[in-house]
Amino acid sequence: MAAPVSSVGKPSAQRLPFNNTSFQKKTRSKLISIPGTRPSVQNGQLLVSTGVTSLDYLLGGGLAVGTVLLIEDDRYDSYSRMILKYFLAEGVVCRHELFVAAAQDNPDDILQELPAPILDDVAIHKPMEQPRLSCEPQDSLEAMKIAWRYQHLPKVQSALASSSRFGHYYDVSKTMEPEIRQAAKCHRFYLPEHPAQSSPTHSTMLESYSALLKSLQEVINREGFDVAAPMSNSRNILRIGLHSLGSALWGDDLCCHDNPRNGHALTTFLYGLRALLRSSLSVAVLTVPSHLIQDRALMGSITRLCDNAIALESFKGSERETNPLYKDYHGLLHVRQVPHLNCLASKLPDHKDLAFKLKRKQFSIERLHLPPDLSETVSRVSRGELAGASTVASACGSGTSGNKHLDF
Amino acid sequence: MFTELNSILNTTPDTFTQGEFVLLSDRQSDASFLIHHFLSLYLRARCKVWFLGLVQSFNHYSAINQRLGVSLTQAKEKGQLVFLEGLNESLSVLIPQKAETGSPAMDFLRDPAVGLKSLYEFVRSSVTGSGAADGAEEWGPPVLLVDDLSVLLSLGVSVGAVLDFSHYCRATVCSELQGNVVMLARCDGDGEEDEEDDEGSERLLKGLTHQCSLLLHVQGLPTGYCRDIHGQVEVCWRRRQADGQYTQKKLFQYKVHDKGASFFAPGTSSAVL
Repeated sequence: MAAPVSSVGKPSAQRLPFNNTSFQKKTRSKLISIPGTRPSVQNGQLLVSTGVTSLDYLLGGGLAVGTVLLIEDDRYDSYSRMILKYFLAEGVVCRHELFVAAAQDNPDDILQELPAPILDDVAIHKPMEQPRLSCEPQDSLEAMKIAWRYQHLPKVQSALASSSRFGHYYDVSKTMEPEIRQAAKCHRFYLPEHPAQSSPTHSTMLESYSALLKSLQEVINREGFDVAAPMSNSRNILRIGLHSLGSALWGDDLCCHDNPRNGHALTTFLYGLRALLRSSLSVAVLTVPSHLIQDRALMGSITRLCDNAIALESFKGSERETNPLYKDYHGLLHVRQVPHLNCLASKLPDHKDLAFKLKRKQFSIERLHLPPDLSETVSRVSRGELAGASTVASACGSGTSGNKHLDF
Repeated sequence: MFTELNSILNTTPDTFTQGEFVLLSDRQSDASFLIHHFLSLYLRARCKVWFLGLVQSFNHYSAINQRLGVSLTQAKEKGQLVFLEGLNESLSVLIPQKAETGSPAMDFLRDPAVGLKSLYEFVRSSVTGSGAADGAEEWGPPVLLVDDLSVLLSLGVSVGAVLDFSHYCRATVCSELQGNVVMLARCDGDGEEDEEDDEGSERLLKGLTHQCSLLLHVQGLPTGYCRDIHGQVEVCWRRRQADGQYTQKKLFQYKVHDKGASFFAPGTSSAVL
């Protein structure tokens, strides 16, 4: 192999490794090995799925690892909670680790309500084939049998291979089976279980937030999610779900007063959270009851400290619920902010008229458009009503030309 | 570095006005793409650059400037760029550890009421102390970039303290050392509605506008969202001359691309024509 110095062999031998390297450059093999992730088409960032396929599409393929998705609650906190559960369920199916923090409900309650995955082609992990802890004593024996070059590959890979695909479908009418749920490693932070410490924390951040930040940092350091940590083969993603941040139960008075005393507590926390996430393999979704926050400027600075921000506006309890224009939908979805991470131009959505609906089994986000006028008599009546909502109708009228459903 | 913006501002890496205080501001839009323009411009102009990156990690700036053709890591190794990564430094303050680490520059996180004296001290000592280093490469005039000031408000610093900080920086870098200062300030209000409501970021923007010599103000399109035009930028020169001060304003629309941005007169987007 090394001997031939012929004039033909030499350039080809040079070209071959060059071709190899240029071909492999984009794949980033070390990152791809994490199940349930994929690199972004635009800037090569590692993405994870939110669990809602249409939301992934809206966010430009998925959530980039190291970023925060802010969801502004709808009025009754039912749909934002659903997205949070989707996000956690996707983590369970992909075997990511979870971190759930809440002040109102026990994190265990949230975990019990996770929607059931529709795993048609995926082998569900039976409790007996949990390879992580149980079969450690046998490892030394097995190590003799397999070829040496496969030794450092994670054992779980074969079991996970089928469910490592990006994004799954869920059936919200059923809850996830306990054995699937318990296979995932989950860290909980329930505020009432954390007694107030009288530690000399610094003044702008509330004790609840600094306790949360501290426990997050502990988990990240202990479980090796830190990017700076020595590379091991079993890298994993930490999914952080923070429920109803900024509500009064967290000890925050953002929602209760016009001039909150702790006006900078949440923003300072978000700054710390961003600092933590940017240096670790983790991704966070947090919900904030923004309709309770009077100060728009404060909400703006909260949004700016998150990377993605969407707002849900449900029709429940509003007159729009009965408006024929919206009869197909359960609420509107506003994209407040798209991420600008590691790239100048971010992927902007094609249009901003978006609505969400909760079908019997599935939550989906669609482009808002007018329902078809099927019967003539009914349409007269509904036209009259639509004229009242002329601003919305005109906004939708421009969008009806090239309709495409968001979900596919 | 966006060449179109350079021709609008009449600057090149070889010829640029010294002693300028450039303010980048936005309202319900995102002006952060402009900070990358100035960062790569001054690095190409062989200035010595101090960058206070408070909102993003170093990797973010590095990845973008790589696309613009400037390597931040190399500039850092050569000593041309001094980068303060606010996110990294803040963690040790926000999550108190046993041993006190962290740079004193972020001391304001511990107690925002103290103000930004420590941050200014960091800037001043490193800017004025840099001339003494011998044997190193010679760099041009010093440049200070801040991304961004309004996050300081979110962290609890008062508007007055931020304005003091910017004024001190301007006095040191622009006047004393004939360098340039570029600062980004973001604002969310509607501007018209809450005039009497003297709200923080609005007040900061007014104060900074008063101080600056060149203002680039980014806004969304008044007609609403458009996929092909990302917004409009108002360029405002404020020059002091013998016969008093004169201001000149120009309005451009812009679109941000993967590797730069294009600026054009209103209504002349290639998507419309």
